[in-house]
Amino acid sequence: MSDLLRLATAGSVDDGKSTLVGRLLYDTKSVLADQIDAVTRASVDKGLSTPDLSLLVDGLRAEREQGITIDVAYRYFATPKRSFVLADTPGHVQYTRNTVSGASTAQLVILLVDARKGVIEQTRRHAAVLALLGVPKLVLAVNKIDLVDNPAEVFAAISAEFNALTSKLGWADEDVLEIPVSALHGDNIASRSDNTPYYDGPSLIEHLESVPVDADSTGTHALGLRFPVQYVIRPRTAEYPDYRGYAGQIAAGSVSPGDEIVVLPSGKRTTVERIDTPDGELAVAQVGRSVTLILADEVDISRGDIIASVADAPEAIDTFDATVCWLGDKSLRPGARLLLKHGAKTTQAIVGALVERFDEQTLTAEPSPETLELNDIGRVSLRLAEPIPADDYRTNRHTGSFLLIDPAGGNTLAAGLVGDVLTSVEVGTAV
Amino acid sequence: MTITTTGSEPVSTNTTERDLGLTEFDTLAALESEAIHIFREVAGEFERPVILFSGGKDSTVLLHLALKAFWPAPLPFALLHVDTGHNLDEVLEFRDKVVEKYGLRLHVASVEEYLADGRLTERPDGIRNPLQTVPLLDAITEHRFDAVFGGGRRDEERSRAKERIFSLRNAFGQWDPKRQRPELWNLYNGKHAPGEHVRVFPLSNWTELDIWRYIAREDIDLASIYYAHERPVYQRDGMWMTPGVWGGPTENEVLETRSVRYRTVGDGSTTGAIISDAADNEAILAEVAASRLTERGATRGDDRVSEAAMEDRKREGYF
Repeated sequence: MSDLLRLATAGSVDDGKSTLVGRLLYDTKSVLADQIDAVTRASVDKGLSTPDLSLLVDGLRAEREQGITIDVAYRYFATPKRSFVLADTPGHVQYTRNTVSGASTAQLVILLVDARKGVIEQTRRHAAVLALLGVPKLVLAVNKIDLVDNPAEVFAAISAEFNALTSKLGWADEDVLEIPVSALHGDNIASRSDNTPYYDGPSLIEHLESVPVDADSTGTHALGLRFPVQYVIRPRTAEYPDYRGYAGQIAAGSVSPGDEIVVLPSGKRTTVERIDTPDGELAVAQVGRSVTLILADEVDISRGDIIASVADAPEAIDTFDATVCWLGDKSLRPGARLLLKHGAKTTQAIVGALVERFDEQTLTAEPSPETLELNDIGRVSLRLAEPIPADDYRTNRHTGSFLLIDPAGGNTLAAGLVGDVLTSVEVGTAV
Repeated sequence: MTITTTGSEPVSTNTTERDLGLTEFDTLAALESEAIHIFREVAGEFERPVILFSGGKDSTVLLHLALKAFWPAPLPFALLHVDTGHNLDEVLEFRDKVVEKYGLRLHVASVEEYLADGRLTERPDGIRNPLQTVPLLDAITEHRFDAVFGGGRRDEERSRAKERIFSLRNAFGQWDPKRQRPELWNLYNGKHAPGEHVRVFPLSNWTELDIWRYIAREDIDLASIYYAHERPVYQRDGMWMTPGVWGGPTENEVLETRSVRYRTVGDGSTTGAIISDAADNEAILAEVAASRLTERGATRGDDRVSEAAMEDRKREGYF
């Protein structure tokens, strides 16, 4: 079992997300005395009777002033069983792009709802985004359960509604868990609470410690080698006059000396002679590891190429439809000229038609929209100056994802997913 | 560690296990691979990167990872030290030793020079950490650095927790937390306009404990002040301070020799030591794991000033 779990939180304003994260840090003893002192001092200054644990995470001045979370905050905590990297994402609709950032690397997302409000618009929106991004595991934390009169019925109703939503979006039952919690009082966070007799599942931390995730957990299915070449290492020193190694991080599969590989997009074939690391050669290197490959033949390879297994090499494509989460402030229109970054390759792209806009409330598609606006999700046609060897996003998050970048300002405008990801979460087309 | 200047020998202590590829891909291995990936992205996309090197443990780990990322080629970057003039001798000695050992290029931006010619004025409290910003930004402009690696970790402080791995700075070196680019998957966007630069934090996802575990596992040489040693110190605001050019004990403070070690490297006027007998990595690991205070809260006077002390300095262009 992996000893590192990357997770994210999502929810809407005021459902107690920062308090929940503060509680996770506090209950795993990841908060040290001086931080607790600082929070206690600040809470007293604000006239609060108990320490406001959300102050542990809301780091920016504006966040503390407004009592909201603006930006993704990364938090680190550990139990004897696992280490956790947690991306705490903001709930405001205008910051949904940060939810996309936080969830893009997450193996599990904790979605929060307020027990008094249940599943709301923002919950549906987040669940749809998480489904698109292929987050493998979900937890629904039904927070403030202590504030409702008939918690057993409320929890059952919210769970049923959420389950209906997640199965429509493609999650299997065993990948989704609902837990009634009180972040403020710590019920069902570190240990099972006596206040929720109607719930017999694990506490949140128990679940996080034991939930099975892929070793790589980036949504890698049984693919052969995918190795985006980042850098060609050529020392040209007296000791290594002719050394030529291809440096990168394995994005899928594994590699061993003797493996037959193909270089994409050129299609040239050769074999792996050696796997170099500064700590010595490796007999096999798995997904996630940064290594340097030495190949048997001199092949023309540069940054941006992908080395792949011969057996299931992806096709290099230059015209395709893709799903995009639009993150730019300016709207996207057909004909836009952008930059596309895939792996270590950046190339020019022209947006053709806007095929559809996704309505995450009704899970339906609106065909041929005129524009895509900030936080819109849609399907667009793309044409590239150079082909990219891409996999379907659903089989590999790394080789199936790309960024769209503004060539003028340099800003990141969209998160892109290769393949027909959108159709898999849609139930129909709007008329 | 034993990576050599020319990178002649593949090196480390556990070669046999690694030969077989059997070492577990654990948290440290994952963090190492992530950092190496980041270094290589920057080398592939930027013209003139530089590593900020203070001689502290985080920048030493940063350098170790950079050397590993490009082995057996020489490091394709120079180092930049922003020198407050308030250093412990051992740290400067260590810096120079490292530079010589790996045949590196070192640029020094000196706060002392700025004070001498009047471009900067000493603060009433004598603390120089905040004065580093101007020499840093000037050095970035002068050498036209377009990517600047720092050893900052998100677990250090609340405003750092919101920092991207690639963090765009405008021509004034400023950080605007509300205008950060979304950072998706492991696709980093290094686009910047002329005059702008990108701060890059390969250790973003490491904790203090990860750093120490990695130092122990890789057997990385550190400045000697990190290990317990006898030193004349005096107590101020609950911290143990070393006398130096920044001033010594006042009338009410008593100089005494204690067994201490430093948890961070910083301006001597505001960075304190802790009482400790931890003289090797193992003892330090045990101490860090049991610590009830963060390294900044415990030994960095300047971070205690206000709730938003670090955010304010970062906005101005500080690391």
